Amino acid sequence: MTQDNLHLFEVFIRSKRGLDHKHVGSLHAEDPAQALEYARDVYTRRSEGVSIWVVNSSDIHASQEDDSESFYDPMDDKPYRHATHYVLPDAVNNM
Amino acid sequence: MSDSKAMTEAELIERFQSRIDDEQKIEPKDWMPEGYRKNLIRQISQHAHSEVIGMQPEGNWITRAPTLRRKAILLAKVQDEGGHGLYLYSAAETLGVSREELIAALQSGEAKYASIFNYPTLTWADIGAIGWLVDGAAIVNQVSLQRTSYGPYARGMVRICKEESFHQRQGYEIMLALSRGNEAQRAMAQDSINRFWWPSLMMFGPHDAESAHSGQSMKWKIKRQSNDELRQKFVDQTVKQVEVLDMTLPDPDLKWNEGRGHYDFGEIDWEEFKRSMSGGGPCSRQRVAHHVKAHEEGAWVREALRAYQKKQKSQADKAAA
Ligand SMILES: [Fe+2]
Ligand SMILES: [Fe+2]
Repeated sequence: MTQDNLHLFEVFIRSKRGLDHKHVGSLHAEDPAQALEYARDVYTRRSEGVSIWVVNSSDIHASQEDDSESFYDPMDDKPYRHATHYVLPDAVNNM
Repeated sequence: MSDSKAMTEAELIERFQSRIDDEQKIEPKDWMPEGYRKNLIRQISQHAHSEVIGMQPEGNWITRAPTLRRKAILLAKVQDEGGHGLYLYSAAETLGVSREELIAALQSGEAKYASIFNYPTLTWADIGAIGWLVDGAAIVNQVSLQRTSYGPYARGMVRICKEESFHQRQGYEIMLALSRGNEAQRAMAQDSINRFWWPSLMMFGPHDAESAHSGQSMKWKIKRQSNDELRQKFVDQTVKQVEVLDMTLPDPDLKWNEGRGHYDFGEIDWEEFKRSMSGGGPCSRQRVAHHVKAHEEGAWVREALRAYQKKQKSQADKAAA
């Protein structure tokens, strides 16, 4: 079988109600309905999920690893965003 | 998916409630009673509006924070609150309501937000009192809501609680610094406590017996603990913290009750609560007017974004042709 005309889908599975969908992998399919069935067969054979999302891979826009320095740099020098930055007396330190 | 079509309404309700009784979460694509959906939209959007309106009283002090460090911290905190608003609006949107509708309801006064943000921030100590008491009260509520039955709301709460941890501590740190300062600084801190204590207790809402939505919300597990339970928890934890500051809470009836294992405390002025909730708080008008103004003044940015997108698209189309 040729995959020439098949679309690439990314697959996300929710393993349990209440949890986020997590990326598990990708697959080729003709359309979303088929992708869902394939995903069920490939990724949930042992009841790994209660809900599946499939997304056209081409619809995913990703940040670039190369840019990561300028992209995330500004976060590194802000220790005051963390609770541990604040030193409080022992009696109230469970705050 | 398809099985829910074959079920009768009564069967659907039964499955829905048994999921909830079973401590399972309800997710966006699940069937749910209309009342559950409405109740959630009301509560989540009210919560979202509170995060966003709450940026105003604190934003008031960003330019006047006493040191560069305090300014950076306050800026970071207010930025977090804006993010919390976004998490919550997104959770509400999974229930089929649009952002435009939610904002319109806030701006028309149809939707409520926490009445505490209708009080002015008169001194720097108010920034300490808000972080410590107001965020402290919000955290008590939000920790409980991490177990709410609606999945997207519960997950939003987990994310928010993680970020909240520094808000209360930075507020308390401000109060601690003032409490170790001179007489004027101590008096300023005590005055803030006096003004923010009762409004903080009001944040938990009416007594359980008078709370319009409470019974149903508990049955659906939208709320996991009652208003009065949460309020008691907050009072109990705060007393110790006031003692460390060597300050007092403005309540002559506050005392330890050995039998109950909790602090007793005085009655809230419910008339003031109602007044503030229904738009009669000291800054109610100003808060909503400022939100409208900021929204309108941002119109050119949204327009520019649309124009840029249009240009990008037409260039891409030309290149493709
Ligand atoms: Fe917040
Ligand atoms: Fe906060």
